[in-house]
Amino acid sequence: MTTRTNSLKTTMQTSKNYEVRDPQSSIETQTLAINVGPQHPSTHGVFRMNVVLDGEVVTSLKPVMGYLHRNHEQIAENMSYAASMPYTDRLDYFNSMTNNFGWALTVEKLAAIDVPERVEYVRVIMAELTRLVNHVSAIGFLLNDLGAFFTPVLYAFREREKILDIFEEVSGSRMMCNYFRFGGLRRDVTPAVLEKIRGIVNKFPAFLDEFETLLTKNEILCMRCQNVGILPRDLAVNASITGPLLRASGVNYDIRKVDGYSVYNRFEFKVPLGPKGDVYDRYYVRILEMRESLKILDQALKGIPAGEIMAKKMLPFVKSPRNFKPPVGEAYGRVEGPKGELGFYVVSDGTAQPWRYHVRAPSFINLTILEDMCRGQKLADAIVILGSIDIVLGEVDR
Amino acid sequence: MEFMDQIFVNLKSTVLTLAGGFLPPWAVILLCAAISLGVIAVIGPVTMMYLTLIERKVLARMQNRIGPNRTGPWGLLQPLADGIKMLTKEDIVPKNADRIVHLVAPILIVIPALLVFAVIPFGKNMIPADLSVGVLYFLSISSTTTIAIFSASWASRNKYSLLGGMRAVAQMISYEIPMVLSVVPILLVTQSLSTGAIVRAQGAYGGWGWFVFTPWGFAAFITFFLCAVAECNRSPFDLPEAESEIVAGFHTEYSGMKFALFYMAEFMNAFTLSALAATLFLGGWQGPWLPSWAWFFIKTYALIFIMLWFRGTLPRFRVDQMMNLAWKFLLPLSLINILVAGFWHFANPPLAIGGSIAMLWASGWIFTRLNRDYTPEKRTYLFGE
Repeated sequence: MTTRTNSLKTTMQTSKNYEVRDPQSSIETQTLAINVGPQHPSTHGVFRMNVVLDGEVVTSLKPVMGYLHRNHEQIAENMSYAASMPYTDRLDYFNSMTNNFGWALTVEKLAAIDVPERVEYVRVIMAELTRLVNHVSAIGFLLNDLGAFFTPVLYAFREREKILDIFEEVSGSRMMCNYFRFGGLRRDVTPAVLEKIRGIVNKFPAFLDEFETLLTKNEILCMRCQNVGILPRDLAVNASITGPLLRASGVNYDIRKVDGYSVYNRFEFKVPLGPKGDVYDRYYVRILEMRESLKILDQALKGIPAGEIMAKKMLPFVKSPRNFKPPVGEAYGRVEGPKGELGFYVVSDGTAQPWRYHVRAPSFINLTILEDMCRGQKLADAIVILGSIDIVLGEVDR
Repeated sequence: MEFMDQIFVNLKSTVLTLAGGFLPPWAVILLCAAISLGVIAVIGPVTMMYLTLIERKVLARMQNRIGPNRTGPWGLLQPLADGIKMLTKEDIVPKNADRIVHLVAPILIVIPALLVFAVIPFGKNMIPADLSVGVLYFLSISSTTTIAIFSASWASRNKYSLLGGMRAVAQMISYEIPMVLSVVPILLVTQSLSTGAIVRAQGAYGGWGWFVFTPWGFAAFITFFLCAVAECNRSPFDLPEAESEIVAGFHTEYSGMKFALFYMAEFMNAFTLSALAATLFLGGWQGPWLPSWAWFFIKTYALIFIMLWFRGTLPRFRVDQMMNLAWKFLLPLSLINILVAGFWHFANPPLAIGGSIAMLWASGWIFTRLNRDYTPEKRTYLFGE
């Protein structure tokens, strides 16, 4: 902890001089303290920033969160393991499948459950589809923050709808999927669904190309995003930033590669890395990650085996999940969520309820470096930087 | 053809002749003015109402949506429904606001927007008041909008409003300069400030002698149009009311009909500035086959469509970038353009065409070079295993 604070301080000192006032000038100016949020069009929910502005330049920015706090961890400690599954949907409500994945992985680690192969493949497919949904809408919302009047976001949502239709077909719900179970899935995927996913995978690159034609080389987008909100590599590592934000700063760290959890080590894919770590890199790394996800999806759809969708050990608990009592111990399971490392820490005392349950939420931890990135930038940039972090308040506040 | 072209003019003179039968001459003169005033007073708000509908429809189509279609056929009654909603909404004034200025600002902003309709030539012989200083009148009246916007933002006692107002003042004053300077070549060539005379000067080649077809006219048109977009605070220059940054900018604290008045002024400004651009550069009502007023509206709405297209596609500039564009690119370009217009006027045709294109291209290239830091970087992305 101490090392981190120290390094934060040094970065503050070495970061460029943000004082804009002329010391020789006789004109007296005042700074303007302004509350951006909690009701503001661009804070992605009930998030508040206490910003101090010198003209248009941000001199200090304090994130204020907690408006959406709903005691997620305490609630989970008072109910059975399986009952927490639908609650994890509400963490990052854009990526319920990945949240389910993380929680299922943790409990499987705790209780040493072997998962059938077909389940692993379906999980990977769902997780990668979720990544597509998240990244495409994150870019859309980033463009909204940049002031493009909803056009990119609506293009993105057109594609998102197709994937949400798949989620609805497999799980019964578009966003709150609650699809994963410990040791398996709630239901099997039908061949028709796999065919539909194949159709999406085939058509998505064309959509990405269209999206990129409109955005990547757009001069205003380049002007607004390049060299704005640079996150230095060291600061990113020291502040334990994860996900596309970290990779845009050039750190090769992807839990799918590092842990190789589930069946990820069977697939060929690469980890795109940004050269500078500014908003533009975060935008483009997300585009490249979507292209890599499509590669994974392609391989997974080709290699998906037939078989059971529930581990033998867990079959007795399908009808009576409250009887599931994992052995005494602790486990930390993590997945590479679209926003970063999504980890669940759970301590079991041998009863049907977890003794301690903790979520390592990537949105929350990525938000900690917001001030370091925004100081010295314009107010308009601060909004864009917040958009490029890609937070979901359901996860930040829990 | 001639009948259709002059139908509105003839209608007016018929009414005046009939009225002349039983009214004294001074009353006929008053009636003549009243008819023009009445037409403007109707056209202004109706244009604004239907521009909102057009904007929503066009943007919807650009965004894979349908747009309003519940109220009347193709949503044609939507503006009326919106108007009724605006009129019946509660008028909220913040506790600490300067009540008088807060009330006056939306009125002040609409008046210049309506006044400038007077010098717009809607068709042949269809100019409400052909002032000898028409262009000057237009530019000076429309520049008073800045005061109204700033008083609205200041009176609201809201920090977002204040930021929006500051941005608005900086932006509108900056963009007024290249806008006025880009009109100067036209004035040089036509030797007149009257909008009617400027349109008549573009009547060569059977109605195709538009100034936009000359090199200096083209450069001036681009400059003027960009400045016009910035003047009426439309995307990508919508910083004073940037929704994603400062909520609604200078009209954050306005609701109901006061808010509607800001909207009305914005849309009427968009219309009048497009109309002025069409008048100055696109030949106004000049054009073959169709009636003159039809040409005028086609050109104006084409320019408005381009404004909507901007809104549907482009992200917003940042404050400093917006100022850079005005001061470092548009202003020097419009200054050089005045020289080019003079060169065009005095040189012989082959040299004039080649020389002016070369001068404009070279200066445009140099100004882009000078602002090199703002051109996009090319980047290579590595892939980790």
